[in-house]
Amino acid sequence: MSEQVEYIKVFGRPESLKETPTHYCPGCGHSVAHRLVAECLDELGLRGKTIGVPPVGCAVLAYNYFNFDMVEAPHGRALAVATGIKRVHPDKFVLTYQGDGDLAAIGTTETIHAANRGERISTIFINNAIYGMTGGQMAPTTVLGQNATTAPGGRDPRLHGRPIDISRMLAVSDGVVYAERCAISSFKEIRKAKKAIKKAFRCQLDDLGFSLVELLSPCPTNWKMTPKAAWDWVAKEMVKTYPLGVIKDLTGYEDKK
Amino acid sequence: MPSEKMLMNGSHTVGEAAVRAGCRYYFGYPITPQNELPEYLSARMQDVGGTFIQGESEIASINMVLGASVAGGRAMTSSSSPGISLKQEGISYMAGMELPGVIINMMRGGPGLGNIAPSAADYFQATRGGGHGDYRTPVLAPAGCQELADLTFLAFDLADKYRNPVMLLGDGLMGQVMEPVVFPDFIDLKDLPRKEWALHGCEGREARAVYSMFLGQQGELYYHNLHLQEKYDRITAEEQRWETKRTDDAEIVVVAYGTAARIADTAIEELEAEGIRAGLFRPITLWPFPLPALRKLSQHVAKIAVFELSLGQMVEDVVLSVGERAEIYFHGLPGGIIPTPAQVAAFIRSALKGDGTVGRRIDV
Ligand SMILES: Cc1ncc(C[n+]2csc(CCOP(=O)(O)OP(=O)(O)O)c2C)c(N)n1
Ligand code: SF4
Repeated sequence: MSEQVEYIKVFGRPESLKETPTHYCPGCGHSVAHRLVAECLDELGLRGKTIGVPPVGCAVLAYNYFNFDMVEAPHGRALAVATGIKRVHPDKFVLTYQGDGDLAAIGTTETIHAANRGERISTIFINNAIYGMTGGQMAPTTVLGQNATTAPGGRDPRLHGRPIDISRMLAVSDGVVYAERCAISSFKEIRKAKKAIKKAFRCQLDDLGFSLVELLSPCPTNWKMTPKAAWDWVAKEMVKTYPLGVIKDLTGYEDKK
Repeated sequence: MPSEKMLMNGSHTVGEAAVRAGCRYYFGYPITPQNELPEYLSARMQDVGGTFIQGESEIASINMVLGASVAGGRAMTSSSSPGISLKQEGISYMAGMELPGVIINMMRGGPGLGNIAPSAADYFQATRGGGHGDYRTPVLAPAGCQELADLTFLAFDLADKYRNPVMLLGDGLMGQVMEPVVFPDFIDLKDLPRKEWALHGCEGREARAVYSMFLGQQGELYYHNLHLQEKYDRITAEEQRWETKRTDDAEIVVVAYGTAARIADTAIEELEAEGIRAGLFRPITLWPFPLPALRKLSQHVAKIAVFELSLGQMVEDVVLSVGERAEIYFHGLPGGIIPTPAQVAAFIRSALKGDGTVGRRIDV
């Protein structure tokens, strides 16, 4: 008699991700960030009621990878588009997924005002300190000394100004209930990032206000590094300009250890 | 039931008509001379359980319209010339994504900051696409309060029917003037056709995306543009609107729209007393321009006199329509000065004589 073996599924593709292979470069933080967002939506049972707004940037095609409703927004305008959606569907789950050029340069106005209105929207902010899609130009978040195609010789504060810490600026606003900065740099940090994303999503479900998770994210291609070196650079260098941790938390949620 | 006859200014008229036409989402940024419209709607949307957001800019406002529209709502924004310039990227995206939406432009003087007086100098911007890419937006040009109400209804219907942004092109004067108006009855939101393409979460169906980017190597954007053009051709064939007055046996026909048409209409009445038989051709859709109707008319009239509150924009469409079938005269004034009917009458007399004292002959 053959014996029945019971398998327990411990790992698989989240339903919120399609099976389409992504176009992201090896070692790119976007792939990991997509996976985290998808896992959180699955675990909270949100896929069917989610409407997402991807950025213009390397993740512009996110609707090919995410398995929920999505709508394109012009570069930087994701949070204005998301505001319109949320006002029509206050009972649906609305998220934006934006790069640093999108959220912290061209879209600064839309970002600050949606956050300050306390829109019930959750934002995933991918900070890779560079313009990925357009080929490595300086971003508002490029760190001092970092090379970019439009900052030859490295970012110089006199010439280019200093990197912007938009998450901290946003945290000042009363509309923001939760802001945390995490990093895609190691398994440990990735696990923390997932917890943060889930918490940000809960804020919206509980109708508390605007929530944001910033993810320091490697761009090996435009940093001209190997994936390994890029991940190390996030962990060792980028965190000096952008310290990790909770920036603001008015949720009152008790964190499970 | 339609409303009682009410006395209302143009801005409030548009606001009330929008609400009755089922618009529940308004987003806009203040700019003179159209502030009475958002002010009216800020209160009215509360009455009807709608959304009013004073956006942080015109750019944000048009993108909120985009979001509300893709979510299935009837949405609109309003502004005046400089603000409309800022909305162009969003309008182009909406055209590319095939999203309905209504944009009100109460034109003021330009270029730049210009002034806040009425003008009609945004004709090119409104009728030629305005933003980037090969697209068109229907443009409706009301000439008074009743038409502001009726065309606001039509704007929402056309936008939904063709899944395309639609512009209502008025001017600062029209927004201020008070006239009697009868509003059509409230649309029951439940009666509006279901928007099968709208996003509300993928529960019970496949996930879908709405976008304007087509990077494919198989000519996806090429075919998308051809698809859009097919739609614009249909609009051109089916949606031309115009009004004619006293054109039978006219010796000269004035072509004018909006406020300019109102002034010309009065001028024509004055000329009638002098025994001059002048008619009026008033385009109501500026795009699609009623080209065949004007062409037909120009076969039976010797002279066409184009009068605009700009230095010559619509006249190009008149030239396209009329060609060499009739002599074309043009008189235009830059924004900021409202001409009197007497001045327009002087232009018509001059055009009849062909003496060039007011306006000029257009060489075709
Ligand atoms: C109005 C407008 N300006 C500029 C661009 C070009 N553009 C596309 S993506 C991008 C920056 C992307 O950088 P980021 O937001 O940091 O995202 P990443 O690609 O690094 O993920 C720019 C400038 C555009 N598409 N639209
Ligand atoms: S260019 Fe950078 S951000 Fe873009 S996909 Fe490649 S690694 Fe990722």
